[in-house]
Amino acid sequence: MRMTTIRRRRALTGLAFAAPFLMGFAIFIAYPIGASAFYSFTDFNLFQSPDWVGLQNYERLAQDSSFWKALANTFVLTATGVPLSIGIGIAGAHLLNLPVRGQPLFRALVYLPTIVPVVVGGYLWRWMLNSQYGFINYFLGLLGITGPGWLVQPEWTKPAIVLMTLWTVGGTMIIYLAALKDVPGELYEAAEIDGAGPFSRFLHITWPTISPVTLFQVIVNVIAWLQIFTQPYLLAQTRLNNASSGPGESMLTYAMYLFQNAFSFLKMGYASAMAWILFLLTLAVTLVILIGSRRWVHDGAR
Amino acid sequence: MTALAESRRRPWILRRRTRRIVPVAILAAVFVFPFAVMLFTAFKTPGDVFSTPPALLPREWTLDNFAEAFDQIPFWRYLANTLFVSGMSVLGTIVSCPLVAYATAKVRWRGARPLLGAVLLTMMLPPQVTLIPVFLIWNGLGAVGTYLPLIVPAFLGTPFLIFMIRQFMVSVPDELIEAARIDGASEFRTYAQIVLPIARPAIVTAAVFQFVWSWTDFLNPLIYLGDPDQYTLSIGLYSFFGENDVAWGPLMAACVMFTLPAVAIFLVGQRFFIGGVSAGALK
Repeated sequence: MRMTTIRRRRALTGLAFAAPFLMGFAIFIAYPIGASAFYSFTDFNLFQSPDWVGLQNYERLAQDSSFWKALANTFVLTATGVPLSIGIGIAGAHLLNLPVRGQPLFRALVYLPTIVPVVVGGYLWRWMLNSQYGFINYFLGLLGITGPGWLVQPEWTKPAIVLMTLWTVGGTMIIYLAALKDVPGELYEAAEIDGAGPFSRFLHITWPTISPVTLFQVIVNVIAWLQIFTQPYLLAQTRLNNASSGPGESMLTYAMYLFQNAFSFLKMGYASAMAWILFLLTLAVTLVILIGSRRWVHDGAR
Repeated sequence: MTALAESRRRPWILRRRTRRIVPVAILAAVFVFPFAVMLFTAFKTPGDVFSTPPALLPREWTLDNFAEAFDQIPFWRYLANTLFVSGMSVLGTIVSCPLVAYATAKVRWRGARPLLGAVLLTMMLPPQVTLIPVFLIWNGLGAVGTYLPLIVPAFLGTPFLIFMIRQFMVSVPDELIEAARIDGASEFRTYAQIVLPIARPAIVTAAVFQFVWSWTDFLNPLIYLGDPDQYTLSIGLYSFFGENDVAWGPLMAACVMFTLPAVAIFLVGQRFFIGGVSAGALK
């Protein structure tokens, strides 16, 4: 009898402390997940109540060329952005790990772009990538290369988005830096005695040891790139609140097309269907990565 | 003195050290270069802004762009709006997140694990899934066009920050909490007087994160704010884009002023901040 009273009191205490999140979860997470699933089967324009249309939104999406274009653009960005983020993250972490004077300063400088307002980053890169006055094409010119019209030529807009986004790769670098510190130093010493060169030391010691971090980073980065919105939005922006698709729809990402449908065309049902497809796609991709990871992730600790 | 003599005798040590700094410095320079462009463009005359080939430094330094920036957009208004939204969000975060973190870390009840699960699940959920219904809720409440949609969620706890504070609270020794309970302190007093002070570093980190997120947020102001008087800097800066040309000088001046507070907070809280990023990712 007493035990149950204590338990009940503790449960009440727990509920009281958790109350803000429980409220937020119910109103802003649980209900919206159900609601967006429902809306995805309706025709809904904000002014009239939702009209049940069954699978029509999904059928229309299958025939919507902009939808496929947006999906393809997003895949291209993810397929280039993720390996580059991981590769530069690992390489940069090695450099930042070198024992040089002023090391904390260098680390801070590399991390700094990640806290710059993304809007500032977007407009700054529009200026850097300006084909006439920008520094990127100037540097390319020094190498004897005539720089492209980054934000004008459809085939160059995606490299521009990747470039701008990689400016904020410092977060990944800092995480890898922490991972490198966890690699046991004895392993390197032993390998050096065995005559292993730097490349072989990386391949046989560093890479396996940091592979759990890489798995986590791959998942986080894939999810982020599949949802990429603000960077292309800002680089393509021609009006404040109208997602512009860029030349030849080359900058239209999945999340941008979803935004267009919801807030420019007020097709809330159609956009909800897109949201659910993105959700399921993200889950599927994450699952595939997790299953595939058994082959390359070294589970040394367990 | 001996060290100097030593290095003179063996100059290759010095050279190896110096050589090592070169790639690190180049790496940092690549990331800092765009900042330099922003900063120096802000002090350029229009003639220098549009010079070919581009030069990093202004030939003639001017403050006109800053004056222009204040003229062309209601900069102080946008700054005050941004500060208000960020400040309120930080307040919400430091009130709510530690409470929820405590419920998952130190209250011994059956809900602790499921609650943690819900927090983690929410962290993973793509925001697009909830975007439209959440917009419709605010629309139904007549709150679109107010700051409420930007502020209220912070008072209900941000999953990532709850998790971060929780990971810190778990390491607070249970004996301390037990001792307070035996002394007859209420659960809330134990929380407020024992656990909160110990968890302060984690809470400061959470506050810095929340400030930077709210300060730099683009999507939510874009969706929810309609009246130009309410704009935050994130969406206000677009006013520098004209029909055919962009006022690059004043825009870069405004960008500098918009970036500085975030950088200042970052530099002050740097120790906490970078630690928080890697701790949140690894544990």
